[in-house]
Amino acid sequence: MATYTMTPFFNFKRKFVNKAVLTLATVISILGMALPFWILFTVIQRGFGSFNWALITQITPPPMAEGGLLNAIVGSFLMVGLAMVIAAPIGIFTGVYLAEYGRESKLASLIRFVNDVLLSAPSIVIGLFVYIIMVVPMHHFSGYAGVVALAIIAVPVMVRTTENMLLLVPDVMREGSLALGSSKRQAILRICLPAAKNGIITGILLALARISGETAPLLFTALNSPYYSTDLSQPIANLPNTIFQFAMSADDGWISLAWAGAALISLYVVIINLVARLVFARNTTGK
Amino acid sequence: MITSEITSAARLIKVENGRNARFRVIVLGIALLVLIVLGAIIFTLVDGSMPVFKQLGLSFFTSKEWDPVAGHFGILPAVYGTLVTSFIALIIAVPISFFIAFFLTELCPYRFRATLNAIIELLAGIPSIIYGMWGLFVLAPILADHIQPLLTKWFQHVWLLKDIFAGPPIGIGFLPAALILAIMIIPFITAVMREVFDVVPKTLKEGGYGLGANRWEVTRDIVLPHTKVALTGGVMLGLGRALGETMAVTFMIGNVNTISIGLFDSGNSIASVIANEFAEAHDLHMSALLALGLILFFIAFLVLAVARALIHKVKKS
Repeated sequence: MATYTMTPFFNFKRKFVNKAVLTLATVISILGMALPFWILFTVIQRGFGSFNWALITQITPPPMAEGGLLNAIVGSFLMVGLAMVIAAPIGIFTGVYLAEYGRESKLASLIRFVNDVLLSAPSIVIGLFVYIIMVVPMHHFSGYAGVVALAIIAVPVMVRTTENMLLLVPDVMREGSLALGSSKRQAILRICLPAAKNGIITGILLALARISGETAPLLFTALNSPYYSTDLSQPIANLPNTIFQFAMSADDGWISLAWAGAALISLYVVIINLVARLVFARNTTGK
Repeated sequence: MITSEITSAARLIKVENGRNARFRVIVLGIALLVLIVLGAIIFTLVDGSMPVFKQLGLSFFTSKEWDPVAGHFGILPAVYGTLVTSFIALIIAVPISFFIAFFLTELCPYRFRATLNAIIELLAGIPSIIYGMWGLFVLAPILADHIQPLLTKWFQHVWLLKDIFAGPPIGIGFLPAALILAIMIIPFITAVMREVFDVVPKTLKEGGYGLGANRWEVTRDIVLPHTKVALTGGVMLGLGRALGETMAVTFMIGNVNTISIGLFDSGNSIASVIANEFAEAHDLHMSALLALGLILFFIAFLVLAVARALIHKVKKS
């Protein structure tokens, strides 16, 4: 154990070290806080120049030509939307199992652990997996494969938030419901889930934000497409891979479209995060 | 009359009991899907990697040569790149995360904490492709024009360091990729550290202050030893992120299958090899990429398991 009172010289040194570390921590924190703003500022500054009607009314152009991101936006919207339709119920009910039926059971802790593994599995591995189970048997890349990959990434996020939110619902409410003669099913569906509603919506929004920017898993599943299409059984254009392809190109027009796409996704993700935070705040402060 | 009401009530209860039992089974069935997906991922990756394991055997793990055209698949360059970038990212990110977490739990005025936490979480929410683009178009030129020439000049006569900081001045390579990774994992490590610092019992810290320690001394002599294990867990969690990160690294690392101690030399990582070569891969090449995916998954799994165990240990006590 250190001794804290010593000669005047050591006291001076201790004070100096303390001040120095506190200052260092403050400076580093301020720089750290400035970083997201720097990144967002760059993205918006470079992307805003291409914000015009063409961006959302025209499809991706060939090199050296003018165009927009319509097909990529539509493709992303379709895939992300369908992925959430699949992932949300699976995630919510798995969360219900963990919080309501399996708090102490061995099976539940196994599922919880496996869910954590999926949550932090590299998303590129999920892409490889869906490539093998869907793209190989179907012989071509497809929007549906992209949907499945995104859904697999979204489910663990939903499971985690749903379980946490249900655990915040006081047990007194469950007991009250059961004491009035309801079954466990009724207690869950009519008391617990409604009570945790805002938290679960927060989870849905966070999962939505997470999969909206995913690029790697779409490389091997939905691939990309320069055409306008709403047919999910074929390769389909999507925003992240379009940004990737255009940003890595040498064509100035493509690069500025990549920035515009980056600005779109960033703004969208930031807004969803803010909304999620507001919804969640309403949940925890008791409406 | 009364008996009929009783029987109808009994029927209602019976119906609800049936629904209740079915609901339980359905919920359990859906929960089991999570296990099935993980099992299927492991099975398909192992199955897909078998050809390359059988054909190349041990040389797949020990060879430095990766030349798909000639049929040479040695994963050392990719593994080297993954480990080097992740390791440097940790060296940069851990102290920064620690200071931010320290600031947020000890120094920051209460009314700003929620906002500042939200900003840190915002960093975690930005998609990795945005980091990649920002790294390539903003960070790389800064590194190439300002940082790299300085480092080369300073260390040009220093043994070893002159080789480490050599390399073409284009702002791309192991160190630039590691820098972007560091920025990306700071929010995750900070979040865990903050949570862990909050768990330290108030009485312990008050005891320190009572003995005359100042804030830094309390953190160094009481908070740090108390939370050491969980902090390691948080660091491992960040490491797990860095190992599997694909897009940002693909933008920044240069995508060349070489092993070099020059931090500004181009290299490759497991994830970037998969991302770059997948489109043209067939047969054995494809199998080699799947095997890389399996290895990446395995490493990430190990890191996560250790991280979880460490964090859990402290939160429980």
